[in-house]
Amino acid sequence: MSNPTTVDRTSEREIVVTRTFDAPARIVFEAWTKADLFKLWWAPKSLGMHLRSCEMDVRVGGGYRLEFGQDAANAMAFFGTYTEVTPPSRLVWTNDESDDGPVTTVTFEETDGRTRVVLHELHPSKEALDANIGAADGLPEQFEQLDELLVTLGASA
Amino acid sequence: MVQHTRLDASFSALSDATRRGVLEQLGRSDASITELADRFHMTLTGMKKHVGVLEQAGFVTTQKVGRVRTCRLGLGRLEEEAAWIERYRQLWAARFDALDAVVEDLKRKEKIDE
Repeated sequence: MSNPTTVDRTSEREIVVTRTFDAPARIVFEAWTKADLFKLWWAPKSLGMHLRSCEMDVRVGGGYRLEFGQDAANAMAFFGTYTEVTPPSRLVWTNDESDDGPVTTVTFEETDGRTRVVLHELHPSKEALDANIGAADGLPEQFEQLDELLVTLGASA
Repeated sequence: MVQHTRLDASFSALSDATRRGVLEQLGRSDASITELADRFHMTLTGMKKHVGVLEQAGFVTTQKVGRVRTCRLGLGRLEEEAAWIERYRQLWAARFDALDAVVEDLKRKEKIDE
């Protein structure tokens, strides 16, 4: 039984995701900061997501670039810059694929060998976050794939 | 706090008996503004106002075809947000389940190396 994942809209501009892992922070942090580990979980196979490439230069001022999609023609790129890197407790990066992308902050809090991961997505405005929520066609492709998956699961349940 | 303004819009939309009646009516079938005005013994302008308030709050959507504006129940804004958050949670739950597996693997390898 895995630990629960919670999602809350904590303000007009902010979404917070939390989850606890049964491992020390340095191990969880490693899985967020090494590309060969990161790509194993960021695009979970269970969602039918396909990560074409994953480049990460995890240091202050370093960049990352993730490309999703089955082929180059349908690729969707996510990229930005790391603005804070404090092993093994804190990571901050920008999301530069759109003009009003959020800033993502991830904290790793270790207690008794377990690590609570808190991911904040702070959007530049209420409108920027609402736009994500409002427009169905504005949803990233993984949500569409997720929806398809949920439909399939629902049908077979 | 967070959803104050939205809640306010929702509550004020529902604070009126005619508007609640309109929602009840639209729950049974879609209707044009004219049909709604007739049913509730109101002027077209008065009904347009009520429908406008319901539309603002996300309870109703309207579509104009020719000269007829048809009203139907919409997904409320709060409901829409709740659905979006649930989908977002599913994404992160799947991601974090996969991360769990990666982390367990790293833990095992560390034990072997010791």
